Amino acid sequence: MKQSKWNVFTNGLLRENPTLRLVLGTCPTLAVTTAAKNGVGMGIAATIVLVCSNAVISLLRNVIPEKVRIPAFITIIAGFVSVVQMLVKAFLPTIDTALGIYLPLIVVNCIILARAEMFASKNSFVPSVLDGLGMGIGFTAVLTLMGAIREFLGAGTLFSLPITAKVIDPMIIFLLPPGGFFVFGMLVAASNAIAKRRGKPIVEKMGCENCPAKDSCENAGNGCDEAKEAE
Amino acid sequence: MQNKLSVSTSPHIRHFDTTAGIMLDVIIALLPATIFGCALFGLKAVLLVTVCIATCVAAEAVWNVILKKPQTIGDLSAVVTGLILGINLPTGVPVWVAIIGSIAAIIVVKQMFGGLGHNFVNPAMGARIILMVSFPAFMTTFHEPLVHTVSSATPIALEASKAVSYKNLFFGMHSGSIGETSAFLLLVGGIYLVVRRVISPIIPVCFIGATALFTYAFGGDGIYAILSGGVMLGAIFMATDYVTSPTTNWGKVIYGVACGIITAVIRKFGSLPEGVSYAIILMNILTPHINTITTAKPFGYVKEGKKQ
Repeated sequence: MKQSKWNVFTNGLLRENPTLRLVLGTCPTLAVTTAAKNGVGMGIAATIVLVCSNAVISLLRNVIPEKVRIPAFITIIAGFVSVVQMLVKAFLPTIDTALGIYLPLIVVNCIILARAEMFASKNSFVPSVLDGLGMGIGFTAVLTLMGAIREFLGAGTLFSLPITAKVIDPMIIFLLPPGGFFVFGMLVAASNAIAKRRGKPIVEKMGCENCPAKDSCENAGNGCDEAKEAE
Repeated sequence: MQNKLSVSTSPHIRHFDTTAGIMLDVIIALLPATIFGCALFGLKAVLLVTVCIATCVAAEAVWNVILKKPQTIGDLSAVVTGLILGINLPTGVPVWVAIIGSIAAIIVVKQMFGGLGHNFVNPAMGARIILMVSFPAFMTTFHEPLVHTVSSATPIALEASKAVSYKNLFFGMHSGSIGETSAFLLLVGGIYLVVRRVISPIIPVCFIGATALFTYAFGGDGIYAILSGGVMLGAIFMATDYVTSPTTNWGKVIYGVACGIITAVIRKFGSLPEGVSYAIILMNILTPHINTITTAKPFGYVKEGKKQ
């Protein structure tokens, strides 16, 4: 199914937002969003890797043999992650400390692999780059929003600037894992509410008709293996 | 029961227990300890308990109105949640923290999971832990009874030094959360609930017994352990919550003993002085599984393998 270039780009922002609608990449989402700054850092790093790997994979899509495509994708992704990691280590050491192990773990970030498998391996160069850019910006936006909410409620600051820090004692729980899950759940609920208001189906029952990725899925209507097992 | 349940063939036995009636019994049973706590710690205690109850009821009412659900505040469960949360707070807690806790108890722990009967942990315990993790400084500021300017550790933190005598511990003349100090009045409330057949004595007995036994086994003072801290309050009033405790008798034994063991382990080996709330929460979450493994076998049931 062909989509306009603008549609491909905006897909990742809200309609198919990787974190809130596809629920991919939740591990870094929950782990690094203790501060808005970390969310931006993680988001930008992942976006760069996503755009570059999408671009290379779409160019090589006719060369990579079907059977070994996943190892090939991972190798390409790992290459770009190494580049980004070295750059961050060299120029932004504080971000590197804050993100810790989650920066090299972008290699196995499911958003990047999912876009390689679902989009870049089937589309040409320009749409793949736009798709990577849209998904990356959507990911960054959610991480920043989540980081901002958790930082504001949990530490009383925003981007390290004190807002209510001196006036009200912050609720430390928002910086801890339970608060992360709580904020994430609330954001997914909010995105479902927005989708419902705009007449889109809520992702309650997993199946092809409700799958947010159905427009770019070649098996649309036939059901994925998981959907069959669940029913 | 506010829910209309339809039953089949006659004859029917009608029982006049209602949710509101049971909740009223729990409130009556908690009153002696609450009044004692308020007398012991003064106006701040009265204020905290009142604010917690009012906020819990208001939060439930507002939630029901906004979501266009039938109004459920008449079943008094929100009052009980507010009361239990209130007497679980030390008097060092500011009023706005108590309000946040009450809203968390009703909205996050109870209503978001479907209201009374669907909450996965005891709402008051859930809220207490949220506050404990969020505001550790406030939640551990205990005031000395009747002298409101000095703060000190609870007797549980002073276990090694035996700073408080058994008699003072039993009758509640020591610092602590508002309603947890007097083991005597909590036991009176517990006996009232058992006599009224609101709770079964299995959980409290197993919980308190296991705490004493395992504290002793870890080289501590078992009697001191059950008289100080929140063991009495937790075992009698919070671990026995219908929704989050097992329904079978053997299930109650497992649940009570496990609560006691976890409490003793956290107190002895953990970095926190008190483990009662975490013990109850952990066992609340395991309750459905305890119910599953202790389900009574139907009469005449033969195991799959033994069938001919």
